[in-house]
Amino acid sequence: MRRRFTVASAMVGALALIALAGCTTDPNVSAPSEEAAETEEAVEWFDQELFDKQDAERDVVPEGPEGQPWLQTINAELVDTAQYASQGAKKACFANASISNPWRQTGWITMNEQLKVLQEAGAISEMETRDAQDSDDTQIADIDYFINEGNCDVFIISPNSTAAMTPAVERACDTGKPVIVFDRGVETDCPVTFIHPIGGFAWGIDTAEFLIDELEEGDKVVALRILPGVDVLEQRWAAAEKLFDEAGIEAVDYFTGADPAEIKKIISDELAKGDVQGVWMDAGDGAVAAIEAFEDAGADYPVMTGEDEMSFLRKWKETGLTGLAPVYSNFQWRTPLLAAQMIFAGQQVPKEWVLPQSPITAEEVDQYLALNEGMPDGHYAKFGGEDLPGYPQVWEDRIIP
Amino acid sequence: MTATTTTPTQPGFGERLAAFGRILISPRGAVFLLLAILLVAITVLNPSFAEPDQLVRFIQRVAPIAIVAIGQYFVIVGGEFDLSMGSVVTAQVVIAGNLIGQDASLALPVTALMLAFGALVGLVNGLVVSFLRVPSFIVTLGMMLALLGGVLYWTGGAATGNPADEFRELGRGGIRDLPVIGILPWAVVILAVVLALAIWFSKRPFGRTIIALGDNPVTAAYSGTRTWWVKTSTFILSSLSATVAGILLVGYAGVHPSVGRGYEFTAITAVVLGGVVLGGGRGWVVAAVAGAFALEALFTLLNFAGVPSTYRDAVQGVIIILAVAYAATTFRARRKGRALEASPAGPEQAPEPGPDEAKETVADPASARPAHIPSTQRDDNDTKGGS
Repeated sequence: MRRRFTVASAMVGALALIALAGCTTDPNVSAPSEEAAETEEAVEWFDQELFDKQDAERDVVPEGPEGQPWLQTINAELVDTAQYASQGAKKACFANASISNPWRQTGWITMNEQLKVLQEAGAISEMETRDAQDSDDTQIADIDYFINEGNCDVFIISPNSTAAMTPAVERACDTGKPVIVFDRGVETDCPVTFIHPIGGFAWGIDTAEFLIDELEEGDKVVALRILPGVDVLEQRWAAAEKLFDEAGIEAVDYFTGADPAEIKKIISDELAKGDVQGVWMDAGDGAVAAIEAFEDAGADYPVMTGEDEMSFLRKWKETGLTGLAPVYSNFQWRTPLLAAQMIFAGQQVPKEWVLPQSPITAEEVDQYLALNEGMPDGHYAKFGGEDLPGYPQVWEDRIIP
Repeated sequence: MTATTTTPTQPGFGERLAAFGRILISPRGAVFLLLAILLVAITVLNPSFAEPDQLVRFIQRVAPIAIVAIGQYFVIVGGEFDLSMGSVVTAQVVIAGNLIGQDASLALPVTALMLAFGALVGLVNGLVVSFLRVPSFIVTLGMMLALLGGVLYWTGGAATGNPADEFRELGRGGIRDLPVIGILPWAVVILAVVLALAIWFSKRPFGRTIIALGDNPVTAAYSGTRTWWVKTSTFILSSLSATVAGILLVGYAGVHPSVGRGYEFTAITAVVLGGVVLGGGRGWVVAAVAGAFALEALFTLLNFAGVPSTYRDAVQGVIIILAVAYAATTFRARRKGRALEASPAGPEQAPEPGPDEAKETVADPASARPAHIPSTQRDDNDTKGGS
């Protein structure tokens, strides 16, 4: 509500007329403005070049060690790191965007277990971490602190947002020490390596193609989105929306803030309006609430795409619905520290380290459920920490380091 | 206190019915009119909404926010604010999720713990407001941050697993296989019980004392009210209602740190929409509940009207401002003269009848204002803005 008031007070003048038109007149009148808004969004976030690149990368067989996807690469262009080669244990400084969602928490646990291995191997002496708690300002201050007082040998940065973090990352690069960026990107190529899974468009293509295959033309899909303005999330929707549009699937999108109460209301209202054949999510958080809304309304289960979060996989299995779990590879949290080790050893690393990203299909879900049997609901199936010493206890206890 | 216990002679049934009819068309019924318009609009857009089972589902969905609005009503009518309600909901949801887990036998003890925790939060709010004289706006804002920070520390800001299905039955389940409505959700039953209790309570001497305190704390104190206890109890009531709402939301939605976010403002908006005067002293609990229903109906209407997600929040905000402004202007006309800025009288300031009283009154700058005596029906209420 707070946000509602803020947004409202800022936009009262401009939107009063649209607002009144949108709700006091019949739906036919509001329809054109809806389309207009959607087109603007698509123009803003849709990037045909990136879409095609990620579309192609989905079919590339990754190179690298078998069974260790966190070290595999797709279409790697290797860069030389001989200038950083140096002996001894190094201090890593990690500027983290946040651990405010289960995906980041799972990755953070995995990263800490990976750190222990590298500490024992004598590659990393310690890792100092600053958590920006989802704030750009805090993260900029964190990075500057690391530059000035951190006594760091390598900077690892998981940016909170793309544009705002770019200057701070450039300052870190200016120190001449290696900089490793992972997950969300920045608008500079100064880091030694940028580690990420294929990306949001690939997610959107995987999920939308699945729903289009399973549904008929004219069917309705409700798209549940966490929040606007984050590139990795917007790209997922931009790709999916384009494909739904081309396939004649009717898709309506809502922002939920991952609030299960909000998700339940949205689905209930959509079910009251008419049948819903599909549910698309830009992140699996809250998937269970969406499925429960169908149960509560006594409606047939939808065809659904969630995420590889255990709560969704379990509910998927339990209900037997037709589903797909797209994966935003959680094992990428291991890669930055391993990349640091490689850089100090003078080994080549990819300039853009694209990690594999493949969804969990109905055929594979049993296998992943069995592998992660004792894991809590917030755990991510493709966390990739099975060979680390703390497995499985550390992830089962899920104590945030 | 004894003065407030005498109830006026009850009017006959016919008179009451006529009075009720007048209320509906009068400004006091504005919120009911708004609710009716919204419900009709929803039905026009989507006729199936009027089917009994859909309506019951709608009431189930509104139940948590309506219960929070009931709690907020008592605080506001007593002249204060409770901004910590949403965070109490969040904290209770997280407590339930973490402590009950999959062990259904823990449901009862944890529920007791949650109620005790809710009461404690209200007690702290009330005592700080009463004895340390900190404005409730600040106290409860601080409480909100403290609770949200605690939740963040505990969960890291992400969802944990849902508690046992038995515990969630209260918010999700109901009495099944009924004719016409199909299912009577427990949430609807609980809302009915809470509303009945609230109506009964506000008719009791203690409930009337709350309104008297909100209207004019000085006269309330002079008439022998233990103001600190009345005030504190309103905060305890609001925190307990937030706890009940939390229990329902765990069932309805599940455990997530975002559950309950913004509930304090939704509740305040609902209460104001229901014509309850900010600053206290005037209001009707049923209208506050109607305000909650009107708000939720508005959100539903926007869903049905297909307002795009990108400016949905803005549309909601504009409509809420218009509705509250309308409710406020229609009410202002009916308000009587009252104290400009009545400072809450603490317990140690309880008036002592005797020769010293006149001197004390002069010494206290706040009570030196002649406006405290509401015998002059001056129309100075506009200065007490914000409603």
